[in-house]
Amino acid sequence: MDVTFKIKRYDPEVENPESYWQDYTVTLDDSATILDGLIKIREEVDGTLSLRCSCRSSICGSCAMRINGHAGLACKTQIHLATDDNNVITIEPAGVMPVIKDLVVDFDIFWSKIMAVDPYLKPEGPEPEAEYIASNEAMLHLSEVTACIMCGSCVSECTVMEVDPTFLGPAALAKAYRFTADPRDGDDKGLSRDRLEALNGASGMWDCTRCGECVQACPKGVAPMDRIMALREQAINAGFDNTFGARHAEAFADSVEHSGQLDELRLVPNTVGMTNLPVLLNMAPEALRALTHGKLPPIIHKKIENADRVKKLFRRVEDPDRK
Amino acid sequence: MLEHDVLVIGAGLAGMRAAIAARAEGASVAIISKVHPVRSHSNAAQGGINAALTDRGDDWEDHAYDTVKGSDFLGDQDAIEIMCASAGQALIDMEHFGVTFNRDDEGKLGTRAFGGQRRARTFFVGDFTGQALLHVMFEQLIKSGVRRYEEWFVTALIEEDGRVCGVTALEIRTGQIYAIRAKTVIFCTGGLGRLFEPSTNALIVTGDGMALAYNAGAQLMDMEMVQYHPTTLAGSGVLISEAARGEGAYLLDKDGQRFMEKYAPNMMELASRDVVSRAEQTEINAGNGVNGCVYLDCRHLGEALIMEKLSQIREIGIDLAGTDMITDPIPIRPGMHYQMGGIKTNVDGLTNLPGVYAAGECACVSVHGGNRLGANSLLDTIVFGQRSGVHAAQACRGEEYIEFNVDETVRKEQRRIQEVIDRPQNGDKVGSVRLGMGDSMNRNLAVYRNDAGMRETIHDLKGLQEKYTKVPVDNKNKVFNTDLVFALELGFMLDCAETIAASALERKDSRGAQSRTDYPNRDDENWMKHIVASKGEEGPAISFSPVSVTKWTPEERKY
Repeated sequence: MDVTFKIKRYDPEVENPESYWQDYTVTLDDSATILDGLIKIREEVDGTLSLRCSCRSSICGSCAMRINGHAGLACKTQIHLATDDNNVITIEPAGVMPVIKDLVVDFDIFWSKIMAVDPYLKPEGPEPEAEYIASNEAMLHLSEVTACIMCGSCVSECTVMEVDPTFLGPAALAKAYRFTADPRDGDDKGLSRDRLEALNGASGMWDCTRCGECVQACPKGVAPMDRIMALREQAINAGFDNTFGARHAEAFADSVEHSGQLDELRLVPNTVGMTNLPVLLNMAPEALRALTHGKLPPIIHKKIENADRVKKLFRRVEDPDRK
Repeated sequence: MLEHDVLVIGAGLAGMRAAIAARAEGASVAIISKVHPVRSHSNAAQGGINAALTDRGDDWEDHAYDTVKGSDFLGDQDAIEIMCASAGQALIDMEHFGVTFNRDDEGKLGTRAFGGQRRARTFFVGDFTGQALLHVMFEQLIKSGVRRYEEWFVTALIEEDGRVCGVTALEIRTGQIYAIRAKTVIFCTGGLGRLFEPSTNALIVTGDGMALAYNAGAQLMDMEMVQYHPTTLAGSGVLISEAARGEGAYLLDKDGQRFMEKYAPNMMELASRDVVSRAEQTEINAGNGVNGCVYLDCRHLGEALIMEKLSQIREIGIDLAGTDMITDPIPIRPGMHYQMGGIKTNVDGLTNLPGVYAAGECACVSVHGGNRLGANSLLDTIVFGQRSGVHAAQACRGEEYIEFNVDETVRKEQRRIQEVIDRPQNGDKVGSVRLGMGDSMNRNLAVYRNDAGMRETIHDLKGLQEKYTKVPVDNKNKVFNTDLVFALELGFMLDCAETIAASALERKDSRGAQSRTDYPNRDDENWMKHIVASKGEEGPAISFSPVSVTKWTPEERKY
C-alpha cells in the first residue's frame, strides 16, 4: 500500500532553526512496520532524515517517537494499524526531551534522572556464596519492571516533567521501585529505607499526578505509574508518613471513610498541618479567589446517605479476612 | 588529550564486562560505543545463559562435551574447558549484580532445556535474558566509574611503528573527529548480521570491529561458520527464541508432522541449531513447507506457561506477523543469526597484534567452532569479556603511552571522512549496495553451499566493492549524520563478507554450519582445522590453525 509519512523535521545547522513538516509517500507491504517505512525513506528517498533505530523487535528502545501524537516504538506498530483514512501517518520526535535533529532527541535529561536513583543493587548484608534465595513470584514481579527498555516513551508523555523538569519522572521512579521491591536490596528483610527516604523528598514519588499517560505509552507493560503508587505504599509502610504527600493520601482516605465523600475544605490543613501557618497563609489568596468565583467547597461538610456502608467497605479492604 | 590505559570498543555485554573488569584491576578505562550501551545487540539474546552448577548435580565437563559436540569438533577444547568451568561463578556474579532470574520452587535459580544439551542448564529471565543481563551490566558500569563515550563511532585504528596506540572516532552528535590514545584496545563490537538479508540481527550489527582489526593486520578465524537460527519469523526475519522449543514447542511441516523425527530421533526439536536448520531447509526444499516456511507450534504449552516464560516472543508474533502463538502455530524458517568466527584470540582475549584484545561475538577463541549452542553466547561474552578486561589492564602496568601527532592524525582522518561526504551524488546508494551484498550472501552462504554459488558471491562482492567507492552521502551536515555512519559501516561489512566467502570456499568439507552439497561429509583427516583469513595484497590470504583437543576425540554426531 502507499503510505504518506508526515514527518516533523528539525535541522539545527541552518540559521534560526525551526521545525517543519515534510511528507514522504512510499509503497510498503501491508505487514510492514512504521519503522520499515522510515528506513525505506532514509535508504531510498532522503538520506538526510535522522532517527535512532536498531533491533526492529521492541527490545533495544531506540525508536521511540510520537506516532499520530502519542509516544511509542516505530518498530512495534504495523502501518495498517496507524494510517488514517487518507493513508497518512504523522511522526514527531518524542516529547519532554529536546530535539537534536529530526526524530533524534537528547536523552541527557532522561539519563540524569535514572542516575539520580542510584540505579544498581545495594545489598546491605554479606553476599551469599551461591545465589540469593528468592521466590519465583518476587522475581516475576520484578521482571515486569526490569522489562523496561529505557526507550523514553513514558518520559515523552509525562505531564509533570513537561512543566517541572525537576521531577524524577516515570522511568526513574519505576527503576527505583525495581530496587525497593527487590528482596536482595537493602537490609536483611529487603527493606530499602535509604532509597525510600530519598524518593520521599521533593520531586520524588509524591509529585506524580496520576494522569496515566505513562502507562498508556509504555510499549513493554511496565506501567510506571502503578510502580510509583507502590512506592508510596512502601514509603508509608516504612514509616515515612510525615510528608505532604502521605498526609494528603491519609486525609483523603480518612474523609471518605468517615463521611463517604471528600471534605475538600479540610484536605489542605490536614495535609500541610493545622499549625503550619506560613503554608496556609500562602494558600489564602487562592482560597480567596475560589471564594469570589463561587468555587469554595461547602463550609459545612455533610455525610452522605449510608456513609456507614462506605466505612464497612474500608474495613473489608483493610482486613479482607473479616466477615 | 583523551587517553586511557584501556579503551574498550563496543558496549554490549562483553564490552561492559571487560571495562568493569579492567577498572577493577586499577586501570583507567573508557568504553566507546556507536549507540548508548543499553541499545546494544546483547539485548536480543532471549533464551538464557548456560552454566553447569555443581550444587544441583551438574558437571562442567558435561557442558564442555556438549559444547565440543555442538561445535562439530571444531571448537578449541582448552578454551571450551575454561568457559564451562568458569560458567557457574560468572552466572552467580550476574545474580549478585541484580539479574532477576526466574526461580525454582525452592527459590533457587530455575533452568530450562536448550538445544544440543543433555541436561537443562540454561538459566533465564523469561524470554528476555539478554536484555535483563545487559541492563544490569550497565548498572554495574555506572557504579564502576568507567568513562563512557556514548554514540561515538570508531572510524579507524591509530598505529605507530606497527603498534596500535589508539583510535580516531566520530562524535555522532556533533560530527567532530577525535583521536583517543590507549595503551590497550579491546574489541567487543559484536557480530556482522547485516551482511545478510534477512538476518535476526539489529541494524547496528555491521562487523565494524572485525573489519577494523582485519585491516590493521589481525587474523580472522572460522569466518565460514555462520549460524542460521532455526526459528526466525517469516517476513521480517526477527528472532523467535529457542526457549520456545526448550519449553516443549514442536516444529511441524505443512501436514502437521513433526519432521525432526527423521533427523534427530532422540533430541527432536532440541538437536543443535545447525542440525535443525538443515532439517527445516531440507523439508522446505522438498516442498513440505508453506511459503518457504515451516511451523513452530506452541499451542499445547498452554496460555499460562506462554505468558510467564515466552511473553515477549508472543508479542513479537502478534505485532509483526499478526499471529498469536497461544492459538496458532507461527510460520518460521532458518535465518542468519550469529557469526561463530571472528578476530582470532588466545584464551585471554589477546589477538596476534600486541595490545589488541577481542571478546564476545567479534572474537573467535574458538569456543563455538562450527556451531554455537544456544545460550552459550551470553556465557562467552561474560567469561571472555572479563578475562580480556583483566589481561588488557595488567598489560598496561608500567607501560607508557605511545606518542603520535594528534593534530595531524585528526586532520588526516577529517580529510578522509570529508572525501566520503563530498562524493558525487550519482552512485548507487548505500542501501542498494548493502541489499546486493545481503541477497548474495543469503543465496550462496546460507544453510547449503556449493562451489559455484560461493564463487558467484565472491564475484558479486568485487563488483559491490567497486560500487562502494562511489556510494554517495546525501547528508552533508555534521549533527547526527547517520547517513555518513551507514556509508562507513558498509565498508566494514564488505571487508567481512569477503573473508566469509573466501574461508567458506576454502573449506572442502561439511562441518557445523557449513554444509556443502559438493562436499557433503565431514572430513576430519583433512579439515579438522581452523581456517584463518588475513588481509593480503588482493583480498584475504588464507592459512590454517590447529584445533586444540584436550580430551574429546571426534566422533559421529547424532542427536
